[in-house]
Formats: sequence, structure tokens, C-alpha cells
Amino acid sequence: MDFSFSDEQTELRQAVRQTLGRECPTAALREFYEATPDRRVTLAAQRWGTLSALGAPGLLVPEVADGLGLSDVDLVGVFEEAGWSALPEPLLETAGLAAPMLAALLPAPSAARALGALVSGNAPVAVGGIDVGVGGPSSPTTVTADGMLRTARVVGARDATVYLLACRDPDSGWQLHAVPAHACTVHATATLDAARDLSTVHWPLSSDTLLAYGVAAEASVSLMADRAAAGSAAFLVGLADRMITLAADYAKERQQFGQPIGSFQAVKHLLANARVKLEFARPATYRAAWSLATAQPTVSHDASMAKAMASDAADLAARVALQVHGAIGYTWECDLHFFMKRAWALSSSWGDAATHRQLVLAQAQRPSPLAP
Amino acid sequence: MALCPTVCQIRGGMDLTFDAAHEAFRTEARTWLSAHVPTDPLPSLDTATGFEAHRAWEATLFADRWSVVSWPTEFGGRNLGIMEWLIFEEEYYRAHAPTRVSQNGIFLLAPTLLEYGTPAQKERFLPPMAAGEEIWCQGWSEPDAGSDLAGIRSRAVRNGNGDGWLLTGQKTWASRGAFAEWCFGIFRTDLGAERHRGLTYFLIKMDSPGITVRPIPQIDGETGFAEIFFDEVAVPDTQVLGDVGAGWSVAMSTAGSERGLSLRSPARYTEAAARLIDLFDQCGGPAMSADAVARAYIDAEAYKLHTYWTATKVAHGHTVGPEASCNKIFWSETDVAIHQTALTLLGTEAELLDAGTPGAWLDGYLFALAGPIYAGTNEIQRNVVAERLLGLPRG
Repeated sequence: MDFSFSDEQTELRQAVRQTLGRECPTAALREFYEATPDRRVTLAAQRWGTLSALGAPGLLVPEVADGLGLSDVDLVGVFEEAGWSALPEPLLETAGLAAPMLAALLPAPSAARALGALVSGNAPVAVGGIDVGVGGPSSPTTVTADGMLRTARVVGARDATVYLLACRDPDSGWQLHAVPAHACTVHATATLDAARDLSTVHWPLSSDTLLAYGVAAEASVSLMADRAAAGSAAFLVGLADRMITLAADYAKERQQFGQPIGSFQAVKHLLANARVKLEFARPATYRAAWSLATAQPTVSHDASMAKAMASDAADLAARVALQVHGAIGYTWECDLHFFMKRAWALSSSWGDAATHRQLVLAQAQRPSPLAP
Repeated sequence: MALCPTVCQIRGGMDLTFDAAHEAFRTEARTWLSAHVPTDPLPSLDTATGFEAHRAWEATLFADRWSVVSWPTEFGGRNLGIMEWLIFEEEYYRAHAPTRVSQNGIFLLAPTLLEYGTPAQKERFLPPMAAGEEIWCQGWSEPDAGSDLAGIRSRAVRNGNGDGWLLTGQKTWASRGAFAEWCFGIFRTDLGAERHRGLTYFLIKMDSPGITVRPIPQIDGETGFAEIFFDEVAVPDTQVLGDVGAGWSVAMSTAGSERGLSLRSPARYTEAAARLIDLFDQCGGPAMSADAVARAYIDAEAYKLHTYWTATKVAHGHTVGPEASCNKIFWSETDVAIHQTALTLLGTEAELLDAGTPGAWLDGYLFALAGPIYAGTNEIQRNVVAERLLGLPRG
């Protein structure tokens, strides 16, 4: 039993914090939020280029496929840092979901092509077509009147060249496709978090783009849902930490009644409650990463538990951070809203806290009779 | 700068499985417990008969070296690490073994004795504590010093011979105080000093002349704690723990143990959560309670993970700092939530005092309700979290 990160894992995380501190400070988030759609494409491409040069998209891709060959335990700190910075680009979808899924399907040519594009670093990979509910993964993908497939809430479609899309037929089951962007029609979806790239994608169903179907696709989708829960939990932990830090810093500065508001117990207790929730979401999130890295039979349970705790921790941190900031926190001018909006979006993505609690309960180990 | 040169060699690190030696230890503990744990529950340890029955159980544990596995061998332990202690605790709760009547001593005082005690003190006090021959109570709170522990007014003055102290004052809410043989407590030795200065940590024999014990019936009618009155109680210098005047920092090390790792092992909550899920299933899985049941289970599991996380830090040489206050808030609120959810599931049966499952949940709920109050109220813990983890100014 060793529940710790290695020195190298800590170094990796610090390197990511430094990089994102440079590439994605709050000023850059503000610029992104206020930019025109065209300008956003340029800004995103610049930042993605920097992250790709560091090897970030291929962290989980084996070295033989030009990746870094790292594990989910290495990645969890990277995601936490991305959450801390509210990174706009789809790192979770590309590095955390698409990359390991495609790598697992090698040497299938369609997977190899898509993975080649991913590690080459020109563009992220968009992901869509999987929803998580109390019954497990389902697909929001529907068939349109003209025979195309329609998938809502695809993440990362604006900048991606490859879309990883899932659909599920009641009779034949799941299919996974790697669809070239040029074959699709994309309608951007306006969301509260302007830095989040969400679209509805219309795409042609073709055997040319098929990655997996039937049992293999179902297993991939299930694992992808677990990775999404665990990965978004890590983002949410980073976001919660950032919001608590912003609010605590503000509470030390802001003076009322002749003293910093952070000296009032009412303010202290709000922040302490948020800090306690974060404290216990962290090890649950790290355990989920370890379970993914080592393919534990409990991986779904562990990922759901992490997502349930991290969603709650981030929701509470957002609520408390806003309250502690008071009216200034309610303004566009204050940086807090970048982090709150991402937290709200991720908290309800890939299954919200209540959904994952039910998934955990269904898988919870029932008491067994005492062994002789 | 590419990430690769830094990180390509990443190997090892996290491993959340127990190795063969740990598993063997678990099997040994499980086997012993299944052969020795009394099949019928012991009478309440807050009664004279129950207290002695629990003391006898401590002797049984001690006879086979299970009472204090993490202590050095010479004091009755097995010299094992914190992970083995956690494994033992998991098996202990899994086996539904009796409440540890010696817990104030073995979990709260012992870590402090091991850190601050003289060799003679360790030799004198640890073995009988491990054997259950001497049960300890805690003399900290006073009528006017509860959460504000630094407001202690009970005092100790030098005796005429200059080889000891005379203790005068009043302590209250001393768990096990009605029956314990010994008391550890802090008294003011420098009467001119303010607040947390000028305090000294004493080990006091409860049958010393000048001590009067007044048991206090608790919410359930039993005498779980007591008031202790001191009237010029003579205590020799050999029963001062740590330096004279250093009582606060010595006491804080006990407070760290209490809130941190050693008082409430996670097995207590994971075991209760497993029983809660069992109850939920027996009730047909009512949709109205599903979220609360899942929450209680998840929080118990999270507390276990957090404890492994902390234990790893301790094993790597770190100490438990103000994070211990997060722990205390979390386990005490988890305990309340588990039992409250069970009572909701029981509905109209929840109030029944009959023996059997419903009564056990009610007892557990009453016990859990004390958690957010003792060992420093959760409000005090939130202040600690805000001031020491988040750096907010003291109010």
C-alpha cells in the first residue's frame, strides 16, 4: 500500500503548472472569452500547438505509437492542473479519452490514422455520442430525416480534424467512429462557459470510419465513460482548489468593519466546509486514476465515486467562492466566473453527482458473512 | 521544453494493494478474532458490570498481543506499522468486536507518552494500559474551558517538600471517568501566565486522596462521563508528562492524534455503511433514501481512502498537521449521516429501544451525535482549517 506520487509524477505536474501559468493565465482566459469566434480559433490553435510540442495529447499513447507511454496515475495531476487553469482546449477529450481508446484499437488502420493525427499535434480530437445515466452509458446520437446521424454536445469540434463519435442501435448495439471533420456539418452550441467548445454534429454513417462495433465497442464505451468520470473529477478537483484559493485570497484582502472579512467566523466556516469537501475528493480521484491504470475490476465504481465527490466539491467551492467575493464576484470583471462556469459545466457532464452516487450504490460491495 | 525527458522514466509510485505480508497479517487477525470475539454483545461499558466485562476483553486481546499492535514489543505491542494497525482495525470492526474501553489511554495518551514520556514513565504506564489493567480517562474540559481549552483554571502548586504538586480544581466531561483508574489532564502551574502558557500535563491516580468523582448521566441515561473534583491532590514529579509549563504543546500532540489518525479508524464507518446498505436492501431499496444511502457509503469509503493517503504520508516521514481538523469534521459528520439515514429507513421503528437492529442504530445515532462536539467541536475545527490550511487571519 503506497498512496503517493513519485518524484517524477510531481515534477511532471509542476512542469504543467508552469506551462499553463504562462500559456493560460486568467488574462488569457479573459482574452479568449472576449474574442471573436475567428480569433478564438487562432488562440486555441496557438495554445494547442504549445501543449502538443510538450507531448500532452499523447501522454497515454504507447511510445511505439509516438506517445509518451505514461499512465492514468501520471495523467491525473496534469488534469488537475488543467482544471486549476480552466484550460479551454479539449485536453480531457483528446488525451484522456480519444488517445487511450484509439491506442487500444491498434493496429486497426482507422485507429492508426486517427491516432497519428492526434500525436502529430496539429489539432485536438473531438469526442461525442456518449451520455452517462443511472442505467450506464447511453447515446444521444439520433438519425435525421436525410439519413445522417446527429450528435448533440460534441466537445472540441471547432478545432478538431477528427471526431470520435458513438452511436447505439437498439438491435446491433454500439458503434464507434473516427470521422474526418470535413465530412461533418457542425453547428456551434452557445453555452454559459464561452471557453467551452460544444457543437451539434451531423455525420454520415460509413464503414470507412468504423473503429469498433458490438461487444468491442461496448467495452470501449464503458471504459471511456469511466475515464471521462475520473478525468473530469481531476479537472473538478483542480477547479475547486482554484476557486477556494481565489476566495481565501480575497477574504484576506477585503476589509469591512475595519478588518479582513476572512477574520469573521461566518466567512471562515464557509471556506472550511469547501476545503473539507475538496480534501476528501482528492484521494478518491487519485484512486480512480490508479484503478484505471491497473485495470481494477472496481474501476467503474471507483470512477463514479470520484466524479460524485469531485462534482460536489466543485459545486460547493463555486457557491462559497461567489458568496465570499460578494457583489464583485458577480461581475464580469472578476476572474472567478471563468472557473465557476467550467465547474458547473463539468459537474453535470459525464454524469452528475447524483447519477454517479446511484452508479456507486448499485456496485457497492454488499456485506458478506464472516469468514470461518 | 518537452515533457518527455523529465517524465519518460516514470515508474512505480502508487500501489493501492496490500502486499503478501499485509494479507497474511490480515488473515491472522481475522482468524484470531473469529475465534475470540464474544458471540453475545457485552453489557454497556458505561455500567459497572459492562466496564469490567470490557476490561476482561482487553486482557484477552493483550494475552495474544492484539491490544496495541503498533506499539513497541517491550510495552506489549508487535512493533508494527500504521498500515497493519489499519488492517487490524478493519478486521476488528468487521468482526463486530467490543468497543475498546481502554481507547482514551491507548489511542490518545499513548502516542503522547511515547513521544514525551521518560523511559521510566513508559515502562510504568504503557504495559498495564495495554493489558487493560489500568483504564484512563481524560481530564481536559472544565466548566468554563470547553472549546476554549486555553481557559483552563484548575491549578497545580508545588508541595512543601518540593518533590511534587498539589492539584486543585474541577474537570468535566471525562469519558470513562466514573470507573477509570487513572486520569491524564492539564493544569495551570504558572498562575500568572495567560492562556496556553504556564500549563503542565499531569498523570493522576484516580484513588488519590482529595479526588471526588461525580458521574454525569448522559442523554441515554447511562454514566458515560463524569465530573472530577480535585482538592489539593498530591501528584509526584514523576507523574508530570513533558516539561513543566509545556503542557499546551504536549496536549496538542494528543489533540492531533485524536482528530487525526488514531481515534477513529475508518473501519468503524465502512462497517456501519455496509450495514446501512444491508438495511436499505432489506427495506426494498426505497427511492427516497437511495441518494442518502449512497452518500453515506461514499463518504465512509472516502474516509478510508483519505486515511490510507495520510498513512502513506506518515510512513514517508511526514506528520499529520492541520489536515487532522478536516478529518475530525468529516468522520463525525459521516457518522451522524450514516445513522440518521438508517433511522429514516427504519421509520416508525426507529424510536424503539428493544434489542436488535433498530435499537443498535438508535444507540449508534446517539453516540454519533457526540462526535461533532467532543475532541474539539467542529466549529473550532473549521476555524483551524480556515486559519491554518487557508491562511485566514485569526478573528
